[in-house]
Amino acid sequence: MSITLQDAVALIALEADLLDHGAFRDWLTLYTSDGRYVVPIDPDVEDFESVLNYAYDDAAMREKRVERLLGGRSISAAPPARTVRLLSRYRMLETTDATCTLRCAQHLMELRQGRQRDYAANVTYRLKNTDGGLKIDLKVIRLLTATEALTAVSYIL
Amino acid sequence: MQDLPDPRTLLAPDRADGSIYSDPDLYDMEMDRIFMHNWIWVAHRSEIPEPGDFITTFVGPHPVIVCRDRQGVVHVMLNRCRHRAATVCELRRGKTASFVCPYHGWAYGLDGTLRGVPHQEGYSGHLDKSSLPLVNLRVEEYNGLVFATFDETIPSLDSWLGRAKPWIDLFMKQGAGWPVKTMGEHKFTFPGNWKIQLENTTDAYHFPIVHKSFLDSVDQETQDTLNFVGGKGFVEDLGNGHSVMVMIPELVDLDENLDAPIPERFAELAAGLSKDYPSEKVRQIIRAVGGSGFNLNLFPNLACSMAFFRVLRPLSATSTEIRHIAIGMDGGPDVANQARLRLHEHFQGPMGFGTPDDAEAWDRVQRGSLAGKNIDILLNRGLGHEARRPDGNLYSDVSAETGMRAAYRQWLVAMTDKAFPAEGEGA
Ligand code: FES
Ligand SMILES: [Fe+2]
Repeated sequence: MSITLQDAVALIALEADLLDHGAFRDWLTLYTSDGRYVVPIDPDVEDFESVLNYAYDDAAMREKRVERLLGGRSISAAPPARTVRLLSRYRMLETTDATCTLRCAQHLMELRQGRQRDYAANVTYRLKNTDGGLKIDLKVIRLLTATEALTAVSYIL
Repeated sequence: MQDLPDPRTLLAPDRADGSIYSDPDLYDMEMDRIFMHNWIWVAHRSEIPEPGDFITTFVGPHPVIVCRDRQGVVHVMLNRCRHRAATVCELRRGKTASFVCPYHGWAYGLDGTLRGVPHQEGYSGHLDKSSLPLVNLRVEEYNGLVFATFDETIPSLDSWLGRAKPWIDLFMKQGAGWPVKTMGEHKFTFPGNWKIQLENTTDAYHFPIVHKSFLDSVDQETQDTLNFVGGKGFVEDLGNGHSVMVMIPELVDLDENLDAPIPERFAELAAGLSKDYPSEKVRQIIRAVGGSGFNLNLFPNLACSMAFFRVLRPLSATSTEIRHIAIGMDGGPDVANQARLRLHEHFQGPMGFGTPDDAEAWDRVQRGSLAGKNIDILLNRGLGHEARRPDGNLYSDVSAETGMRAAYRQWLVAMTDKAFPAEGEGA
């Protein structure tokens, strides 16, 4: 049976909840071992490896990112910004019993040093059925403002 | 009329008044005296390789188009229609045969010549097209770096860069024998004055403190390489506000020390390259991928910083845009350029492991500088043992504030006297 929208949404809602509540180590377990977390700059790019991105994280880089957020040794992340994110407008682009691709909208509010900022993004997930259940194999966060000047984002989108 | 601030009262050789980060009148003076009367970096050659290629950018607050014409000559033109001032181009980059203003359709050639005016008969002969080109700035280039200025009287770019030129040449060795090309950029703003960023590229002192979390994320060998405060490096004043901070002396000339062992983190890349390149070339490429061991600060808006270009653009007295432009080997192996991109992503940009911590520190300098009045910013680190090279350059240890003193000395020259002295003249 193909992966259902309900199962897919349950996983990415869990991801959003873990990130907003600082459960970064739990967040790591949601990804496949060769999964990628990508924040591209170019709105049209598909071949992320060949171009400059804001983030192009394999498992090792995701782990380092989490250590940075939890380690208390980064002045921009000690403590990390607090975030609240809303995901919606889900659309299953394709689905089989092994993988599915889902696209949705994300609106994230950030609070740090008394400044509130917000980021809108189109997010595409590729999810994969594994022995350990449904996992994230690819998450691509296409920020609405990706080609504009951003401010420091010392957390996980 | 309100009195302008007197920059001479704000700066001493070893300190500055905190108001230099926030006084809006001082900022307006800077935009005129510094950004309209010095050479301002606008582009790297590789961004506009072919005739018709253009980018849009800024010289201080002034929007400009940087464009290569049919003859291959680079023009830097104000992005302002000569009719009623609309910007003629809002694309970040592209290729074109002409620039057509979207308001009433005036059309300009690649060199800015006004070519076409719709319904020109409405001017009944009172429009001299030849007198209304897009306003061209003066443009000169050194080793791929394109600079422009509004000022027709200042000495040449060559004499402005002067003793910084050999360092530019060294920096470009990151092409590993290929030309250097840009490979995209991270662009971000921070709520603070542009000079806070200008200082930072010549500040080795902060590195082990601010970048602890970055250092935690790299291997021991890399940590040792980056443990340069207290080491053999130095900061040297190159004149005209330019300076170089050598952090890793072994990585000054990337074509030397080719028999140095390949760092562990590049072993896999080297093994891959060995299939296509002889061992000598592999070593050259690997050294290039790792980047240079120095930051070259070019007053006022460019730094050739280890492995990338840092470009600053003042937005207001208390807001600054920074671009970190990735560079690579134009024609070099894809895997090596990709390795450079990954290294850039690791440290730089709004989501890197380095830049957000820098930005936080600069943000705090800005906010802290508003506390109290008449309190100095100290610029005296390394002054006690500062000395002169035989060629006259002042230098001190790697964590000295010699580069900041150099930049502020030039700042004062520019703010009080519009000309900079040609090489060999002046102090
Ligand atoms: S403002 Fe450009 S044609 Fe009128
Ligand atoms: Fe830094």
